[in-house]
Amino acid sequence: MRHIISILMENEAGALSRVAGLFSARGYNIETLTVAPTEDPSLSRLTLVTRGSDDIIEQIKKQLNKLIDVVKLLDLSEGPHVEREMMLIKVKAEKTGREEAKRMADIFRANIIDVTDVSYVIELTGSSRKLDAFISAIDEANIVEVVRSGPTGIARGAKGLTL
Amino acid sequence: MELSGAEIVVQCLKDAGVEYVFGYPGGAVLHIYDAIFKQEDVRHILVRHEQGAAHAADGYARATGKPGVVLVTSGPGATNAVTGIATAYMDSIPMVVLTGQVPTPFIGSDAFQEVDTVGITRPCVKHNFLVKDVHDLAETMAKAFYIATSGRPGPVVVDIPKDVTDPNIKIPYSYPKRIKMRSYNPVTKGHPGQIKRAVDVILNAERPVVYAGGGVILDDASKYLIELAKLTNMPVTHTLMGLGAFPASDRQFIGMLGMHGTYEANMSMHEADVLVAVGARFDDRVTGKIEQFCPDATIIHIDIDPSSISKNVRVDIPIVGPVRAVLRDMVKVVEGHKKKPKKDALKAWWARIDGWRAVNCLKYDRNSALIKPQYAVETLHKVTKGDAYVCSDVGQHQMFAAQFYGFDKPRRWINSGGLGTMGFGLPAAMGVKIAHPKAEVALVTGEASIQMCIQELATCKQHDLPVKIMLLNNGYMGMVRQWQEFFYDSRYSHSYVDALPDFVHLAESFGHVGMKIEKPGDLEGAMKEAFGMKDRLVFMDVIVDPAENVYPMIEAGKGHHEMYLPPDSELV
Repeated sequence: MRHIISILMENEAGALSRVAGLFSARGYNIETLTVAPTEDPSLSRLTLVTRGSDDIIEQIKKQLNKLIDVVKLLDLSEGPHVEREMMLIKVKAEKTGREEAKRMADIFRANIIDVTDVSYVIELTGSSRKLDAFISAIDEANIVEVVRSGPTGIARGAKGLTL
Repeated sequence: MELSGAEIVVQCLKDAGVEYVFGYPGGAVLHIYDAIFKQEDVRHILVRHEQGAAHAADGYARATGKPGVVLVTSGPGATNAVTGIATAYMDSIPMVVLTGQVPTPFIGSDAFQEVDTVGITRPCVKHNFLVKDVHDLAETMAKAFYIATSGRPGPVVVDIPKDVTDPNIKIPYSYPKRIKMRSYNPVTKGHPGQIKRAVDVILNAERPVVYAGGGVILDDASKYLIELAKLTNMPVTHTLMGLGAFPASDRQFIGMLGMHGTYEANMSMHEADVLVAVGARFDDRVTGKIEQFCPDATIIHIDIDPSSISKNVRVDIPIVGPVRAVLRDMVKVVEGHKKKPKKDALKAWWARIDGWRAVNCLKYDRNSALIKPQYAVETLHKVTKGDAYVCSDVGQHQMFAAQFYGFDKPRRWINSGGLGTMGFGLPAAMGVKIAHPKAEVALVTGEASIQMCIQELATCKQHDLPVKIMLLNNGYMGMVRQWQEFFYDSRYSHSYVDALPDFVHLAESFGHVGMKIEKPGDLEGAMKEAFGMKDRLVFMDVIVDPAENVYPMIEAGKGHHEMYLPPDSELV
């Protein structure tokens, strides 16, 4: 099953490689990984998406918790949560394709953030599935480049993953 | 007090209570070595190879429970120590490894003797640090000792660039009295509800087995393990790492379990209805085929490390906590419980176990004209009155020592269990001898293993470490040869160690005493003579039967009930 795991960790050099190294050393699956500092500069927030049986996911969480730099961890998939991923996609925008790309961006409520006479850069935020849908809605031949952030997420409700 | 970085390193060692450092100097640690030169509280043991330093510190830690300390230089100094660090990591041994690093401005420039030590050691340490600022040095050192020795112990590497130890930059020094880390809080107690549940299950058991591992030794929990076993009349089996935690001479001890475990231990595991796993991690050499592991048992697992729980085998009643505290609490609950162990069922269970025992799975040919390795270990036990610290390398001799020495006390059996590091034995024995100079320290080794760290014979001479080496010389990498005999139709591919040195002369050339023993009748006398030379290292080259195999044996991936027993064994 797909799990999205949120981790608060010490914002120290090498902390990220401990997480990445753990996954490769133990043969765990890692689909996406995003990381950035939080409002507290001593902490980084890391969100990763992984897949595995319940036993494997349990091990992944235990092994992550065992890392000295990991302060707190939450499996967002265990409760109600929201997920967002951002995508920047560069498409060809020439002749009739130009109209079509604009229309598609509007339908998906995406923003066009860069324009040349032959291309658009479209920004789209949403669930990973919505981003997938957008890609498949566009003629493959018109796609120049796709950049995805990987999902990040937060639990619903008043409680937060904080210290 | 104003100190330089180099002085801070040494002062931190003193403040952490360190008496011995095992190391080897080099460019990046010269400032630290200069600071060591100017004091006498921390004694430095100069090894001949950095791997030896790590194993020696490891042996010291295993024999004392105190953290072993290593000091090596950057680059090859650090990479040579990696095998020793990984060995300690696999067996959860507390160790602090200080590695020199090129000066901070040179990091990443492929400088002379530069290697990414933090990157290389990351998968085989509990934690590691790169100290970039001398102001962080004391706190980092204190954290390293705290992390290495608390929770599930393990090695911690502190990588120190040369400019951080600059003797000309002095800063105020104080050693942190307490370390508190928001991201690291090991548990200190087991959950009372889980303990109660476990005790209920134990007192209802009809065929219980205690399966105890190295965690019992690491947490000095033997006392409570024995109390619990005595109160409940449960049989106790040990992993390779647990030997000595429960006395081998006690009737309730049913021997080691697993690949080369006893028939009675493995059969008891297979038939058990309740398994009490204590400080053990369900290693593949113990479990054999997972699907056939303890098929009927309710499994209780006590471990400080939550990630050990249900990692390989699904556990019914996990208790996360320090083994000693949990066992102590369990003893209390058993004592206060209105229910008593099932006397009749246990009586029947013991009758079955005694039946398995009667198979005598460790029998060997006592009339052989050649020295049998088993006989050599039994003789060692006799001559040392079962009270020696016994170190070993890895292979057949290790299994013979584990099976035949009969350890009655914890911390007496020093071997590389998890990683299985050949070359571990001699340097580890040095560390043990330094920790216990008055005790007998024996090394049981093989002619293949000993050659992997044989240079440490010089360290033994320089630092006056009279360990007694019993080399079980069969001319082969015995365990490899055994597998080739069993599983590769006796095609002995590269397991014959041709061109062996003359070990007697070799030992003598290092300034030690060498002995060659070829006949069973000579063994005891020679060994008594060797142990009589209190202040000399004696290297006994014992020529043993080259064809002897380690029995019983469970083939990798087979169940506990599928054992090879010694030839002409009769099952009952």
